Amino acid sequence: MKLGFKHEWIETNIGLMVVITMLAISVAGMVEIIPLFFIKGTVENVAGPRPYTPLELRGRDIYQDNGCFYCHSQMIRPFRDEELRYGHYSLAAESQYDHPFLWGSERTGPDLARIGGKYSNAWHVQHLIDPRSVVSQSIMPGFPWLATTPLDMSDIGARMKALRDVGVPYALTKQEYEADVKKFGPELAKQYYIPDAQQSMIEQANANDYDGRKNGPITEMDAVVAYLQGLGNQVDWNKVNENQLVKDR
Amino acid sequence: MSSVAAASPYALGADRAAAGVEEYNFDIVKKFTIMTLVWAVVGMSVGVYIASELAWPFLNFGIPYIEFGRFRPVHTTSVILGFGGSALFATSYYIVQRTCQARLISDFAASFTFWGWQACVILADASYMMGHTTSREYAEMEWPLALLILVVWVVYMNLFIGTIMRRKQPHIYVANWFYLAFILAVAILHVFNHLAIPVSMFSMKSYSLFSGVQDAMTQWWYGHNMVGFYLTAAFLGMMYYFVPKQAGRPIYSYRLSIVHFWALAFMYMWVGAHHLHWTALPDWTSTLAATFSILLLMPSWGGMINGIMTLSGAWDKLRTDPVMRFMIVALSFYGMSTFEGPMMALKEVNALSHYTNWTVGHVHSGALGWVAMISFGSLYHLIPKLWNTRLYSVRLAAVHFWLATIGIVLYIVAMWISGITQGLMWRAYDQFGNLQYSFIESVAAIHPFYVMRMIGGVFFLSGVLVMVFNVTMTILQGKREERQALAAGGLAGAGV
Repeated sequence: MKLGFKHEWIETNIGLMVVITMLAISVAGMVEIIPLFFIKGTVENVAGPRPYTPLELRGRDIYQDNGCFYCHSQMIRPFRDEELRYGHYSLAAESQYDHPFLWGSERTGPDLARIGGKYSNAWHVQHLIDPRSVVSQSIMPGFPWLATTPLDMSDIGARMKALRDVGVPYALTKQEYEADVKKFGPELAKQYYIPDAQQSMIEQANANDYDGRKNGPITEMDAVVAYLQGLGNQVDWNKVNENQLVKDR
Repeated sequence: MSSVAAASPYALGADRAAAGVEEYNFDIVKKFTIMTLVWAVVGMSVGVYIASELAWPFLNFGIPYIEFGRFRPVHTTSVILGFGGSALFATSYYIVQRTCQARLISDFAASFTFWGWQACVILADASYMMGHTTSREYAEMEWPLALLILVVWVVYMNLFIGTIMRRKQPHIYVANWFYLAFILAVAILHVFNHLAIPVSMFSMKSYSLFSGVQDAMTQWWYGHNMVGFYLTAAFLGMMYYFVPKQAGRPIYSYRLSIVHFWALAFMYMWVGAHHLHWTALPDWTSTLAATFSILLLMPSWGGMINGIMTLSGAWDKLRTDPVMRFMIVALSFYGMSTFEGPMMALKEVNALSHYTNWTVGHVHSGALGWVAMISFGSLYHLIPKLWNTRLYSVRLAAVHFWLATIGIVLYIVAMWISGITQGLMWRAYDQFGNLQYSFIESVAAIHPFYVMRMIGGVFFLSGVLVMVFNVTMTILQGKREERQALAAGGLAGAGV
């Protein structure tokens, strides 16, 4: 070593070793993660993606708590076979309100990024209770308790407030509500208004009959099916400039 | 008899203990060693169970607590944090004391890391079964447990660095570099990956600070570096102490250890995004990750070569010493999976392999082949030393070796076949250009390999049970000999 550097300096000095190791392991995260918050186009500018309604949000929480994401990805890759099987490849914009992301890493079961609207509510209910009664070779666990567990709606306000703190445009004030009306329209804005969240949940559940029991108790099944039926059908692809998407990638 | 007792280092320790100063704190090493085996049995049993659930889904029984999605993190947490973590605490505390010729700076802090860590793993497992998860792979514990882990980790860091500062040698031994990098990296990864806002002070639920693409990148930066620093660097630290000890030879190349240490520490952190190829993550990030993944082959193989070549000139030990065999086969699996990893990080290969069981197989060739095998080898070396005796049965260690090796081969072959089958079936077209198979056909096609994987797991678990028996007998034997030596020493003393 012409510079007179000796590795001995580092390996006889624990302070120096800590500092240099910290430097060595910190560079990559700074280079790869921080720019994702600033480079334009990382999250594509497309119309459609919206925050979850209170009922969908609880459904998503339950989906997460039961570890559904271990076997079901929600991230369609830009390949012809995936387009044929699942639909348009997933955009970053479509998970911009997802805290946390649930892209998954395995397809023990099929991708669910665009499952919304593909099957009826009744099919989902039957499939979640007893998967092999509708798909005989399925290896999915049954989730019969979803249909019998009343949905805990007590902390929905606190949940939405926490999400508001991390940047989801749920509204706590009239001003924020007005902003939501402009961005998402009056019906969704009403759903995103935190003080009325509990009422909104009950209304959505009763209006749509997700768990197959009209006016019955609102269960976890209502929430999960509401969540699944809202997945992946928010972007109006006719209004999307595909060339811009390619540029953004 | 009295001369035997006096000659043994343990007896020396016992004398010092009587005088109030024991040279090293081996009590903490013993505790973590035993928990290593307990968690191996728990974690791998749950692993076999969830593997069976995939083969025979009725085993979910419609019970929420053991349903696959809640039980999977119980498996991963019990084996990674419980088994792997206890093995790392045990060996790092042993190695740092021996190589620095210094006692751990605080017995209380050491005990705190033991009880704290065990509490973290038990509570995390229970919380997953109750349905609390952050959904971040290998970081599923919710915010109160993440905070507890952080506290334990900071105490561990102080204890480890503090003990190094007390060393009697000017040089810090290479094994400690790796443990140090592991401790620092895990601290950074853990903190940033767990950034979240709790729903309330009394709720387990929290929402991560980041969303979507940035959240995914942060999680896989964490996820792959848990592999890089927790499951690789730290276990290389274990390797750098126990392989030369067991072989009775110095490390092959000092220079190589310097080069591959710094290269590993710098390069690993870049590669996490290869878990997100072809996703909504921008191409520049995943290309960068793929590039570094290929580069990473060199430092990885540097470690493997340094370990295996340490045996150069003593290859006959492979035939006679099953403990050495564990270590060398561990290094071979390390070499194999660090070749497979960069290959799977190529975008073209990843297009086929991602989302399939190939990934699961790859993880297990590293986790069973490298992490578990190097731990078994090291523990077989360490345990007789800790209890001041010899291994109860070398033949049973050999039985364990073969059960483990056959188990791994069954496991990874099953996952290779089923993974490639899945990948090919999903992208197969018929003569009209339509998809040839429905998704459920790919599920049905791999059923036999789910069964084969489960059998592989049973082999591996059986090996662990053999080890538990062997270790129990070794400890009992050590205690019996200690009693006899004390009695003989006492008689001899009375005779004088």
